[in-house]
Formats: sequence, structure tokens, C-alpha cells
Amino acid sequence: MKIKALIFGWEFPPYNVGGLGVACKGLTYALCGFGVEIIFVLPKKMDVSADYMKIVFADAVMMKCTAINSLLLAYDTLNSYEESYRNNPLAAKYGRNLFEEVDFYGQKAYHIIKREKFDIIHAHDWLTIPAALLAKKMTAKPLVLHIHATEFDRSGDNGANPDVYEIEKRGMDAADVIIAVSNFTKNKIIKYYGIDPAKIRVVHNAAEDVSQSLGDTSILEDVYRLKAIGKKIVLYLGRITLHKGPDYFIRAAKLVLDRDPDVIFIVAGSGDMEHKIIELAAELGISGNMIFTGFLREEKLVKVYRAADLYVMPSVSEPFGITALEAMNYNTPVLVSRQSGVSEVITHALKVDFWDIQEMANKMLAVLEHRALAETLKENGWHDLEKISWKNSAQAVVNIYKELIK
Amino acid sequence: MPSVCLYLHTHQPWRLRKYSVFDIGKEKHYFDDEQNLKYLNRIVRKSYIPTNEILLNLIKETNGRFKVSFSITGVVLEQFEKYAPEVIESFQRLVDTGSVEIVSETYYHSLAYLFSEEEFKRQIELHYKKVKGIFGCKPKVFRNTELMYNNNIAKIVESMGYEAIMAEGVDRILDWRSPNFVYRPKGAKRIKLLLKNYRLSDDIAFRFSNRDWSGWPLSAEKFAGWVSEVNGNGECVNLFMDYETFGEHQWQETGIFEFLKIMPWRILDNPDNNFMTPSEVARAYESRGELDYERITSWADTERDLSAWTGNKMQQAAIHELYSLEKAVIASCNQELISIWRKLQISDHFYYMCTKWFSDGDVHKYFNPYENPYDAFINFMNIIKDLKLRLNLSAGKLESVPELNV
Repeated sequence: MKIKALIFGWEFPPYNVGGLGVACKGLTYALCGFGVEIIFVLPKKMDVSADYMKIVFADAVMMKCTAINSLLLAYDTLNSYEESYRNNPLAAKYGRNLFEEVDFYGQKAYHIIKREKFDIIHAHDWLTIPAALLAKKMTAKPLVLHIHATEFDRSGDNGANPDVYEIEKRGMDAADVIIAVSNFTKNKIIKYYGIDPAKIRVVHNAAEDVSQSLGDTSILEDVYRLKAIGKKIVLYLGRITLHKGPDYFIRAAKLVLDRDPDVIFIVAGSGDMEHKIIELAAELGISGNMIFTGFLREEKLVKVYRAADLYVMPSVSEPFGITALEAMNYNTPVLVSRQSGVSEVITHALKVDFWDIQEMANKMLAVLEHRALAETLKENGWHDLEKISWKNSAQAVVNIYKELIK
Repeated sequence: MPSVCLYLHTHQPWRLRKYSVFDIGKEKHYFDDEQNLKYLNRIVRKSYIPTNEILLNLIKETNGRFKVSFSITGVVLEQFEKYAPEVIESFQRLVDTGSVEIVSETYYHSLAYLFSEEEFKRQIELHYKKVKGIFGCKPKVFRNTELMYNNNIAKIVESMGYEAIMAEGVDRILDWRSPNFVYRPKGAKRIKLLLKNYRLSDDIAFRFSNRDWSGWPLSAEKFAGWVSEVNGNGECVNLFMDYETFGEHQWQETGIFEFLKIMPWRILDNPDNNFMTPSEVARAYESRGELDYERITSWADTERDLSAWTGNKMQQAAIHELYSLEKAVIASCNQELISIWRKLQISDHFYYMCTKWFSDGDVHKYFNPYENPYDAFINFMNIIKDLKLRLNLSAGKLESVPELNV
């Protein structure tokens, strides 16, 4: 029997700002490999394509197929959404705030749900929950809710938005199975949402195979010049926002530079804490050793991964952390916080508690100083990557589908 | 007429404390006293005390027909002296029976042979003196760390006056020959080579509690039967294993102590069998041929090599760094620094850096204080850095290299 899945997403590469889009792409592609037929729903018309599945846009049902310069960022907090809305009111066609956008998505999904035939509903994160709940109500098909991040990851343990929590909770209660991207996330779902652990399955993320691009080993030109004069590169790559721990990164950088001035710290990404972080670097007197690149995509992203002598993911709360796998894929040693899902699946990596900036600096300095350490990490990273694949993850998802459909 | 030679190797390392780059130049204590005490207490209680009691009873009840031999590293003797003097006393009682032989080895359970022949010899002499001081006996048989062996080691040890040396009965070298005879090392004159019967040794040391093993459960009768089968095609059965097999690697609950209490009796039931110590075996039996161990072998893992200690670049870098200090350390004439440098040679420090099978969950977690091999390396290298700092500070006091250090 061929399984037909109606999957609700929010973003898709190249129109993604974070791991959600990357994960959706990797997972759906691998699911197709198992013969799953997918109808992938996105909230708005975006210029994306995937020849292995059908992509439909919720707004395209009603509107002409014009590409919309959306404000929607999958990991937005409400504050940053409203800020961007103020800066660019025309782009937000559908509503003043993120909730209206989410509701709108739910309403517009109606026609898709009515038109399409499917056996199972699979929703990714809270933004898609109203649409998924509607689908379940209309068809009584089983619902799989895939949690890539909870409100507590986005806002810190104390500042969760009650309305977002409310939506998440409703979705989790209604779901037949919840997929968590790590045990780290599973535990949060149990602790903060009171969900029965028996309903939650852990399916770890993976990283896309980059073997095709390995032939090209070039790195960013400016960075290359720095390396040529003996500078070592430490990379932070991700949104500059509270739960990613960029401030811990900067403070550790200061400790490193006190001992080794020949290190350049690259911060690749953007986010609501960007100005704060730049100011912090200036305050600590290390601006001269910092490079802020803004958000990087594709070719530049690859080049910066390759240029780095060490990739650091200092997250305060990281449900998974695909970037660590990406860095390993590009043969760059990684240092990840223990407060991350990815640290559950990688063994050939350095690990640290995010708050322990002394230890973070200790490990950064060690990798930068001892070639033998960096090389042993690189040589062994493949043993981890071999075991972590979207194929394995998709297999686990297919098993969940089958269990629910029978 | 197989003579059973039961030999137990006794060792606990001085584990290092957590030592950060920020401790360099400030913190002079490198060892984790608390952990070392904790581990030692545990193993004294679970293994050394009850096992020694059983062995002493066996010797008394068999009127000295049961015999056993030990090598006890200098570093574990130091720990007994400091934390558990009752264990020293119980070993002394065993030696006093006359049925027990103490085997010689490097004081620091080191890999010194590989990197400094001079240091290797000095450590053998240090151990010899320590054993003589505590037990009043002079060892005649030598075993190297991890049963590390080659032709040249035999030659060196012969020149130091030893009568026999122990090695692994490696299949690829024995070929059609049996480990159950005494051999002569290639290039040696008188020294004899005793080979571990790894099948029968590992039946006890590794497989005793393995329910998937066809030999499980291993009764004393069954094991004695296997030993007796050697009659007619062998003269000795060398059972070489870690002392900690009894009570720690194989817990009391597995029945290992009951096995130990009965097994010697069942072996002695057959009048063709007896027990001998290593030097008795070497004197009783003629060499049945010359064996050529050109390359280093060990008793470790299926490879029977040293890859668990020197296999990756971190291990090589750490060892290189350590032994590069030899001249400066010896020249310093500073007993404290010399002792520290030697304690850093304990092979366990490098074993903790082993990356073989690490991603498979590793089989070698035994009392390993580190989360992963990388942390072990970073810690070790920080300590070496501090030691170097202290060496430079104390340099210039003495110009000539002293001959021997205690």
C-alpha cells in the first residue's frame, strides 16, 4: 500500500531561516525514497520546487500565484515579527501579527484538505498546528505532530508566550503521535506540556549529504587572506538570538583572545540580538577580532564552514542543531553545548555546558593549538555521520505512519 | 603433564584531575585524589581483599600445591600504602607462604620501552627495588606493560638478569605451534619465553559471565577438563589475566569467586596436573624452539597490538610531548618533577584518548574519568604545559645528568 501524507510546513529552502526548512527538505526527500507520496503544504507562494513531491501553497488557492515577500520566519518570536512588520508593513499582506498569519494559514488550508486524498497528516511545529487540527477535524485521519522547537526553546524557560503555548498544547493533545527531534526536546514536552511519554517518539535529524560539493574546497576569499597570514578561525553560525547563546560565545572569545590574539571569530547570522552582540564585543575590546557576516546562504555558507578551524554551537537550548552535522560534513571540528539534541547523536565532538565559558575557551584553545586534536576529530567524525542519515530518520517516520494507519 | 601457571596483573593508575588551560601556572597538583581514593576503595572491597583471602585459603588447604603469581605495579603499591595498607599486608601473607611469586614490570605501567630504553630500564629497576622492599623477594621473571613484547625487549631484559619473560601467544606468530610449551626468544641466549594461552585465559577473564557464549555457564569441572585436554600435547598452561577479573570485571554475582575456590581442586583432581609459578615453569621445561616476535605484540584487543594506546594522532602527540621532556626532567634533579613526569607515563592516560570503537559505545569504559577521548587529551596537554613551565623555572640548577633516580 502506498502511503499518502499531507505534510504541513512553514518554510522550505532556499526560503528558510533555520533548521526547520532544511529538516523538512531532508526528511521529505528521504520519505519519497520509501515510496511515500507527499503533498507538502506551505503557507504562501514561494519560489521553491522539489520534483519528488507535490508542493501546494495555501494562499495560491485564493490568490494569483505571485511570489510574496513574506515576513514569516519560522523561528520568529512575536516581538521580532512585529518589529519587521513595522519596518515593512506592505509585505505583511495578511495580518498584523503572527497569530493572524497562523490562523490565516489554517483557514486557507481548508480547500487543500477538501481537495486532496491522504492517509495521514504530518505537521511541523506550532505555526502549522491550526491547519493540521482542521485537517484532522475534517477527515479524522491520524495526526503526527513533529516538534523541532518548543516555545520554551525560543524564549527561554521563563518567557514563554501563553498564546503560543496554548496552540502547541492543543496540537500535542490532539496528535496521535508526537515526534521529537531529540530526547532533549522530548523531555521538554513531558515537563512543560504534561504529555504522556508513551505518545512521544524521538527521531533525530540528519544532515544532507554534501559529497557532491566536496570537490570544491575553496573558502571565502577574505577569510582565506586571514588564514594565509596565520589567523585561526572560529565560527558561530546561526541566528543571533537568546537561545542560541551568542553572548556566551563572545565572552569565551574574549578569554581565548587573552591567550591567543591570532584568532578571528566569525559570527554568521542575523537576529534580534545582533546589535547587543556587536556592542558586547566592543565593550570587551575584541571587535578587531570579530567578523559579522550577516545571514549566509549556499555557496558562501559552504565556504565559511570550510574556512573554520572550529565550529562552535553554544546554544542555551537547542532542540537539535543540524548546523553541527553540517560542519562535520565539511570536515570542520565541532564544539557543541550539552544543552542540544545533536550532542545525543555525535560522539566525535567536543562538548561543554553553555554557561561554562572558561571550559568553552579551554576547549577552543586546545583545538586551535593542537593539530593532532583537530585532525583526530576530523578523521573520526565520519563514523558518526555514517550512522546519522535522513534515510534512517525517514524509516523511523514511515514506521510511525504504518502503525497509525493500520 | 600440564603445569598450570596462574598469573594476575594488578594495577590502578593515578588518574588526573580536571585541569584547564586557566590552571596553567597556578595549580601544581595534577592528580584527582578524591577519585583515586574512591576507585581504590571500591576495588579493594570488591576484588583485592576477598580474592586474596580465597587465594590464601587455597594455598593453605592444598598444602602449597596451589600456586599463583602477581605483578603489582609501583603505582598501585603506592596507592595501597597511602590508602589501603591492609592490602599490602594481605599480599605479604601470600608471598610468605612460598607458593607465590612476584613478577617484575615497569614501576609506572608505562610504554617507556617504545620511547626511551634508558627510562624503561630505570623503571624496571625502580619496581625491582620496591618489590624487594615490600616483599623481601627478588623477581626473576619480567612482564611488560600490556604484555607488550618483541625480540629486543627479551634481549634487554635478559641482559638485566631475568630468567623468563611473558608474552601473548599470538596466532600469527605461533602458526602451527602451541602456546603450551616454553620457547626461546629469537636472538636470546638463556632467557625463556612463557606464552599466554589466550583461549583458556579469556574464558575466565572475558567470557565467564557471557550468556551468549557456548561455554556458559563455566563450571570448575568443565574448565579443569579443558586444561587436562592439554595432556600429551603441552607442558604448561599459562593463565595470564588482570587481577581485577575477580570481583570487578566479573562481579561477585556471576559466581566468579565460587569458581576460583573450586577450580584449582578440580585441576589437581587429575594427578597429571599441577600448579607452578612462572620461574618454576621456566626451570622445569626446556625450550621447544625459537620464536621470532619481530614486531611488537600485546595482549590487547583482537589486534594484539598497541593501537589502543598509540593508534591516533592525539595519543602520538601526547606521548611525543611527554618523552621529549625526558632530558630536562632528569636533569632538573627535582624529585617531585621526576615523579610527576613518570606518573604521567602511566599508560592509562593514553588509553583514555583511544578513539577506536568510541562511536560504538566503547568496550573500555572501565573507571575512565573522561566523557570522551578528546577531553582526556586536552586535560593531559594542559598538564604537560604546566610541567614544562615548571621545568623552565627550575632549569639551570644542575648541568649534569644524574645516573639513577629513585
